[in-house]
Amino acid sequence: MGRYVLKRFLLLIPVLLVASFMIYGLMALAPGDPGTAILGTDATPEEIKAYNHAVGFDRPFLVRYGNFLSDLLRGDLGISYRTKQPVMNEILARMPVTATIACLSVLTAALVGVPLGVLASVKQGGLWDTLPTSMSMVIPAIPGFWLGMLLLYLFAFKLDLVPSFGVEDPLGYLLPVFANSFGSAARLQRYTRSSMVDILQTDYVRTARAKGAKERVVIWKHAMRNGLLPVVTSIGSTLGAMLGGAIVMESLFSLPGLGTLTLTALNMRDAPTVVASALFVSVLFNTILVLTDLATAFLDPRVKARYSK
Amino acid sequence: MDMKEVNAAPFIEVKDLEIIYKTDLETVHAVNGISFTLEKGQTLGIVGETGAGKTTTALSLLKLLPPRTGRVVNGTICVEGQNVMEMDDQTLREMRGGKIAMIFQDPMTALNPVMTVGEQIGEAILLHNADITKAQLQARVEEVLQMVGIPATRYSDYPHQFSGGMKQRVIIAMALSCQPAMIIADEPTTALDVTIQAQVLSMMRDLRDRLGTAMIMITHDLGIVAQTCDNVAVMYAGEIIETGTSVDIFCAEKHHPYTVGLFGSIPNLKVKTRRLSPIVGLMPDPTNLPKGCPFAPRCDKCMEICKTEKPGVYKNGTHQIRCHLYANNAEEVV
Amino acid sequence: MDNKKRRARSIARLKETWRRFKKNKLAVFALCLLIGIICVALFRHAIVPYDLAIKTHASERLQPPSAEHWFGTDGRGRDVFARVIHGAPTSIFIGLSVSVGCLILGGLMGLAAGFFGGRFDMIIMRLADMISVMPGTLLAIVMVSVLGPSLTNMIIALVFCNIPGVARLTRSAALTISSQEYVEAARGGGASSLRNILTHAVPNASSLLIIQFTQNTATFILSAVNLSFLGLGVQPPAPEWGAMVNDAREFFRTQPYLMMFPGLAIMLTALSINLVGNGLRDALDPKMKT
Repeated sequence: MGRYVLKRFLLLIPVLLVASFMIYGLMALAPGDPGTAILGTDATPEEIKAYNHAVGFDRPFLVRYGNFLSDLLRGDLGISYRTKQPVMNEILARMPVTATIACLSVLTAALVGVPLGVLASVKQGGLWDTLPTSMSMVIPAIPGFWLGMLLLYLFAFKLDLVPSFGVEDPLGYLLPVFANSFGSAARLQRYTRSSMVDILQTDYVRTARAKGAKERVVIWKHAMRNGLLPVVTSIGSTLGAMLGGAIVMESLFSLPGLGTLTLTALNMRDAPTVVASALFVSVLFNTILVLTDLATAFLDPRVKARYSK
Repeated sequence: MDMKEVNAAPFIEVKDLEIIYKTDLETVHAVNGISFTLEKGQTLGIVGETGAGKTTTALSLLKLLPPRTGRVVNGTICVEGQNVMEMDDQTLREMRGGKIAMIFQDPMTALNPVMTVGEQIGEAILLHNADITKAQLQARVEEVLQMVGIPATRYSDYPHQFSGGMKQRVIIAMALSCQPAMIIADEPTTALDVTIQAQVLSMMRDLRDRLGTAMIMITHDLGIVAQTCDNVAVMYAGEIIETGTSVDIFCAEKHHPYTVGLFGSIPNLKVKTRRLSPIVGLMPDPTNLPKGCPFAPRCDKCMEICKTEKPGVYKNGTHQIRCHLYANNAEEVV
Repeated sequence: MDNKKRRARSIARLKETWRRFKKNKLAVFALCLLIGIICVALFRHAIVPYDLAIKTHASERLQPPSAEHWFGTDGRGRDVFARVIHGAPTSIFIGLSVSVGCLILGGLMGLAAGFFGGRFDMIIMRLADMISVMPGTLLAIVMVSVLGPSLTNMIIALVFCNIPGVARLTRSAALTISSQEYVEAARGGGASSLRNILTHAVPNASSLLIIQFTQNTATFILSAVNLSFLGLGVQPPAPEWGAMVNDAREFFRTQPYLMMFPGLAIMLTALSINLVGNGLRDALDPKMKT
């Protein structure tokens, strides 16, 4: 098992190399150069040219990418064209906001969606099934930003209960987390339900009943341990997707997170910041996927056996 | 149509049982008015093709029919005089596994993949012996594992680490772990290799004789019936069309044409035949059963009356046949 | 002869599917709604002239809903009703074209990978892995931003980011089908891989692909709306629902109805497609029904 864990994390290296190459390549296609951006419009073309030469911007793409990688290994993500500060500082400062929202949202979604899904599978056809299940069909059709605006209007403007932007007040997390977790909760409910419905029909659940186990034990012990395995994977990928989707919510609620950083940087053609923050998000994204895989392997003896060889 | 006259309540008594599976699209008539009894210590074989309603009957004895679709629409199932359909949850749970245990058809899927076999057997024991200590539980699990020929060291292995035959042994161990009065074995060897089949079967027989357990052996294999059963019920399209002691079924002259057909589909080494004679055709569609005898469309002795009227039961001692053929020459007509 | 039989069988299958679909009242209602939305998109010029959706009238800014402007007017004095109507074809077009693009590219990749297996499978799946090293939304945003915000670039970016998902799904379907006995039998009988794909994989994977196609279309409409909301989609003054909600942000403290109508339009479209997709799933594959 230990070797498997190590292997999974080592496999992250090529994955992240691909990610960095993709982002770096994409941003190299975009117009703009560091000299103009950093020295400003006052600088003469010669000065700009000299600066670009000094930072190696006039070299071929692959050389630049190589330099970028070697800088990266030393923890240097470059200088932001916009703030003229090391990008790393800004990313580290904004990272907690994005991470907090993503984690709280997934947590809320899981705490609401999973139990409702289990309940729906147990009470198939009953009110606790039809109501949440039809809700979870409607909810994913609502655009998250629109829901966020409705919430903002109602709770921030009309009722004045929470701030309408920023997170100086921890209450500011409330609406983004709610707007974010709504759709995911619905998806997790459906996913849990369908997984549990399948499991409840399996032979081993029948075996458990035939043993004389209480229905509660049958569901919580025998069915859940199997039915939630795919849900764990789904929770992991939801968390990953939320990091990518943070841009929309953060821009709506004007939150100082990685999403707004990326968006601003994109609009300002601030390539180093875009590359760095997108790469950073990719690291988190892939780490979450690996951790999810490991969690499944840990929970499922069949998978575990396959990997511990 | 009781198989014999009884004074006290028999261990199992099923009367006029009718079961349907109802979905949005159709209604399947799986069991259509069957009756049988079983005494303690006896073995009843239920024989028939796939889809004859054997498994459904077995599941209904423990009230394990799939919820929402499976439904008992008529008849009673009594265990020691108590109606299973009216049991409260507590009694029902005590009966399941404690009084009657079940061995399922497919050992590959009948064990929980994320629990060790020790845990799963232990759970069964714990459910019916709440005051047992941890050490006693461990010892008992190891004991039943050894009883079915599995080394106790495999206590903490997971089902996927066992072969099919070994899994079925685990399931048998689980069924026997609480010393139930009866075991329902639903095609316990169908999913296994032939060589393993014989091993598992002889082990089951030994254990049954040693522990004095009653058994319902569901199978489509007449060989298994001959080896293990005291009484036999032949099922076709949800009905018991012939029943009697093993001697009646294997040695009597008169038989239901379907039973004759069943014997015709297995090779007999003593009689020289050029080829086996399978029963022509398929079981009738259980969503749309024929009006008369369900076997009529496939029967080579079919008469006009068979297509329109349900046959009565014709008795000869313990032997009962549900067929129009014997309407005139039976000893006793019910 | 064989073709005739096959056609008769597929017609019977279609009829059976339709019979089961009709039983689901909600899906039938959603289908009507969807057809209505498509009709609106097709006959938009007959409903309301495009001019009303485009021409700005400084004197008629931010009017509340009235008999003249059913949904009111926006910050530039344009009729919101006209803009919502003329936004319909854009969203539907994006959803469909991204879906078709993914289905063709991703679906073919997946089918081929599943059927040919071996090195070919490995290369295709590694390519798919390479695209999914980043969260899809983020990749799409960066791509559109670099390529320059426009309808075409948005479609390209969305197709690119969603190929891996479709490819993986089709591949696993192809693997399941190719391991089934009748395909083995055909292979044993000397049928080529290509023939196998055409005669076995495509018809058998078709219900899965149809279900995926409808569900994807709704998802892609929502993704596209997200991009437009960030200003990365259709460029003004062309009417687009996501961009309209974004425009309405400026005024939504005082004119909340401005964001209501385009938002509702998005929701109704996505919802009706989803419900039709669900109905189709249940009708095409009753086993999957829960």
